[in-house]
Amino acid sequence: MNSSLKGKVHSFQSLGAVDGPGIRFVVFMQGCPYRCPYCHNPDTRPFSGGEEYTVEDIVKKAVRFKSYFGEKGGVTVSGGEPLAQADFVAKLFEELHKVGINTALDTAGYPVNESVKSVLKHTDTMLCDIKFASEDEYKTYIGTSLETTLRFIEECNNYNTDIIIRHVVVPGMTDSVENIKQIAALAKRAKSLQKIELLPFKKLCVQKYNELGLDFPLKDTPECDRKTIERLTETVR
Amino acid sequence: MFEQWNGFKGGKWQDEINVRDFIQLNYTPYEGDESFLAGPTDRTKKVYEKFDALLKQEQANGGVLDIDTVTVSSLTAYIPGYLDKENEIIVGLQTDEPLRRGVNPFGGLNMTRKACKAYGYELSEVVEEEFRYRTTHNDGVFRVYNDEIRAARHTGIITGLPDAYGRGRIIGDYRRVALYGVDKLIEEKLKDKAAIAANDVLAEDIRRLEELFQQINFLGKLKEMAAMYDCDISVPAKDSKEAVQWLYFGYLGAIKEQNGAAMSLGRTSTFLDIYFERDLKNGTYTEEQIQEIMDDFVMKLRMARHLRTPEYNELFAGDPMWITEAIGGMGEDGRTLVTKNSFRVLHTLYNLNPSAEPNMTVLWSTQLPHAFKRYCAKVSCDTDSIQYENDDVMRPVYGDDYAIACCVSAMRVGKDMQFFGARANLVKLLLMALNGGKDEKSGMQVAPAGRKFEGEYLDYETVLDLMNEYRPWLAKTYVKAMNMIHYMHDKYAYEKVQMALHDTDVHRYMAFGAAGLSVLADSLSAIKYAKVKVIRDETGLITDFETTGDFPKYGNDDDRADMIAKEQVELFFNELKKIPTYRNAEHTLSILTITSNVVYGKKTGNTPDGRRAGEPFAPGANPMHGRDASGALASLNSVAKLSYDCCKDGISNTFCVIPQALGADNETRYENLSSIIDGYFSQNAQHININVFDREMLIDASEHPEKYPNLTIRVSGYAVNFHKLSKEQQREVIARTFHGAM
Repeated sequence: MNSSLKGKVHSFQSLGAVDGPGIRFVVFMQGCPYRCPYCHNPDTRPFSGGEEYTVEDIVKKAVRFKSYFGEKGGVTVSGGEPLAQADFVAKLFEELHKVGINTALDTAGYPVNESVKSVLKHTDTMLCDIKFASEDEYKTYIGTSLETTLRFIEECNNYNTDIIIRHVVVPGMTDSVENIKQIAALAKRAKSLQKIELLPFKKLCVQKYNELGLDFPLKDTPECDRKTIERLTETVR
Repeated sequence: MFEQWNGFKGGKWQDEINVRDFIQLNYTPYEGDESFLAGPTDRTKKVYEKFDALLKQEQANGGVLDIDTVTVSSLTAYIPGYLDKENEIIVGLQTDEPLRRGVNPFGGLNMTRKACKAYGYELSEVVEEEFRYRTTHNDGVFRVYNDEIRAARHTGIITGLPDAYGRGRIIGDYRRVALYGVDKLIEEKLKDKAAIAANDVLAEDIRRLEELFQQINFLGKLKEMAAMYDCDISVPAKDSKEAVQWLYFGYLGAIKEQNGAAMSLGRTSTFLDIYFERDLKNGTYTEEQIQEIMDDFVMKLRMARHLRTPEYNELFAGDPMWITEAIGGMGEDGRTLVTKNSFRVLHTLYNLNPSAEPNMTVLWSTQLPHAFKRYCAKVSCDTDSIQYENDDVMRPVYGDDYAIACCVSAMRVGKDMQFFGARANLVKLLLMALNGGKDEKSGMQVAPAGRKFEGEYLDYETVLDLMNEYRPWLAKTYVKAMNMIHYMHDKYAYEKVQMALHDTDVHRYMAFGAAGLSVLADSLSAIKYAKVKVIRDETGLITDFETTGDFPKYGNDDDRADMIAKEQVELFFNELKKIPTYRNAEHTLSILTITSNVVYGKKTGNTPDGRRAGEPFAPGANPMHGRDASGALASLNSVAKLSYDCCKDGISNTFCVIPQALGADNETRYENLSSIIDGYFSQNAQHININVFDREMLIDASEHPEKYPNLTIRVSGYAVNFHKLSKEQQREVIARTFHGAM
């Protein structure tokens, strides 16, 4: 493996402030095996699209933003599902650490293998989604298992990684206090849990679905408002 | 030694005029947070209500409440005016009534006439008669302008020359009035005058002697003016209230005498904090009382007005005075210059609602105390009323007692002054170079006829060569016009009060400007990296372009375009430097447009970057709207590449970001905003205006002004009340890039 290793990238965001601590340069990887009903980046799902970049290309870009990162900020790799390109991400994180840049991974969890482990070795902050509290729901909506996600979180405990558990609150689907409490209980599996972030379901992505000719499964579901998030956040504090 | 100085640590400042020395020996750095601040008192609320009602009336009257067309504005021309005599703490108005504007025709009579007319008044016969026998600055300049300057002015390749009104951009050291009292200042000026008179006394000495005579004369009038308000400023201020009052009288004298384009305040808050700390320690004032004094002072500053024409407002929208106050910064010895009063002055934005004036300017250093950085970021998120300037790049040049004139122009307080004026439209230079010195809009021969572009497709090298041939002409015409203007301004509209509050041996800058940088850079990039075909009209004039293919654009952290911008700035500055200046002023350059980017665009034809004729330029050094598509930080990185060394008069960048893009909650937003400023400035960028709001809010405000009476936004180097912008200017602001995170 070397820094000319290539990965498929969907896009970059130079000013990220909501995906990990501080100011983040966010790399959205192309391709995702999951099919979350509320996915807001359906254009990142296919493994066929995206543009190829080497590790070196991305490190070069990130270094240009290093002065903004301060003590907490850095690079977040999101997606798509970044662990579907674990070898690439592992090398990228390793190289970022060499130049003193903090790393964060935004994932829905992934079956643990050697490649995933080498990513964890170089991940400062793990943003891991727990999408539902039951195997049934995982099966119905996502296309992976809760067990896989929980195993992944437990594997994180073997590394020096801060963990933030994230959960999207969808009205009528995941917005019950009971559900949020179950998620919080599951989140405790993470030893170095920093916080649980409840993200409001939004429909800004409708246009993207239309452009892709896809049906947005939750098009008739209302958005989640700020008050609901505040109220539910109280229950997991 | 004055008894008013009891309790201060003595030093050099007692034997010579040296405010910096006084500050360094006596100020108390503050590294804590804002929790000590006091809210508005009932008195403040009451007086503010009165002021607010007048503001509403002014707005309803079309922007001007009243004009005194009979009295020529000067220090003692009006009887004392008050907003609320019983309840005011700091007194003194420009005229006899609040918000009533005076006439000041010394800069130009015609401008005064037009301004009166625009608001339904007629300049009185008395004033007309008086000025029939006087030469104004404007008369003087037009006696000496040649045809080339007139043509350059007419076509707009040079726009905004201060040849019809006060030049401004001079900051008196108003603190001297408080610290020394006026008699001591007169005494020192008399000594300087005697020393000059002992020379051989040729033209420059004679000029200086007469200027000193005027300075001393007007220091006397300043005392008279204060006496009309029952204050004796011949001696130093004895306490907190007097310190603010004395300082304000200095400023008030200046704005009564001069209607300069920008009348900045300087760097006063940390100076005043020394008096406040002394009185807080003595127990003679409480924190609440101190804040009340600051609130009243700031309210007075917000009442300052000049009478302007609608044409002037088109260039500099929103009735600005640029009462710029430089806040914070670091000292040369490594201690921060942030004091409690740095917080108090910003806190007036809460106690008295957000406002465009005074122009709150934070001198930012990565070394500033964390709590102050956080507070500034909070104020920005809440009020959009702060601009930030990089103390870490300016301190090495100007030391630690400089202030900002207007928007971005640093000067040592009381030691430097500047001859400011106008901007050269670098986009028109490009078009003129292609057309053999002809204006692309009118076909008028402006520069001497020379080589023009003969081919069909523009090639980069040829275009650069052509620009190199016409740039010296533009630089020379510009410098000559500025020399004439400032010669005449010194002669006919000399700033007597402000210069009396400077050292006699003053360092002079001549501050030039450039506009259209991003359009020029993108146009040259299009020529270099895409294919640009010229389109000629029936007279052979190149009036349009057909650009095919993509090209890198300034604002995406792409050196291919950014370095073009950097190079063009340097080329222009180097050309300016070749032309000698009036009074050997030091050449400087700014990349700053105020709101004139709209007018510059209007006066400029189609450009190779795809911009259509008449469309606005981007403001200042900003990338063109919507073309900085690689995100906020990439956009900032591009601007940071411009070299401050050749733009010491400032590089203005206005940055709009939506709140959500800074983080999910307030604390995160403050912290992230602070990181962005640190990151931008650690690359040696000079200036950033920060707006935190979204486009939808502005559109709503444009359609329903009544819902947002105090909406203040940062434009280019200053803040305006959004509703004082013309609809056209509002549209341009709405069209700017808003950086989001999604």
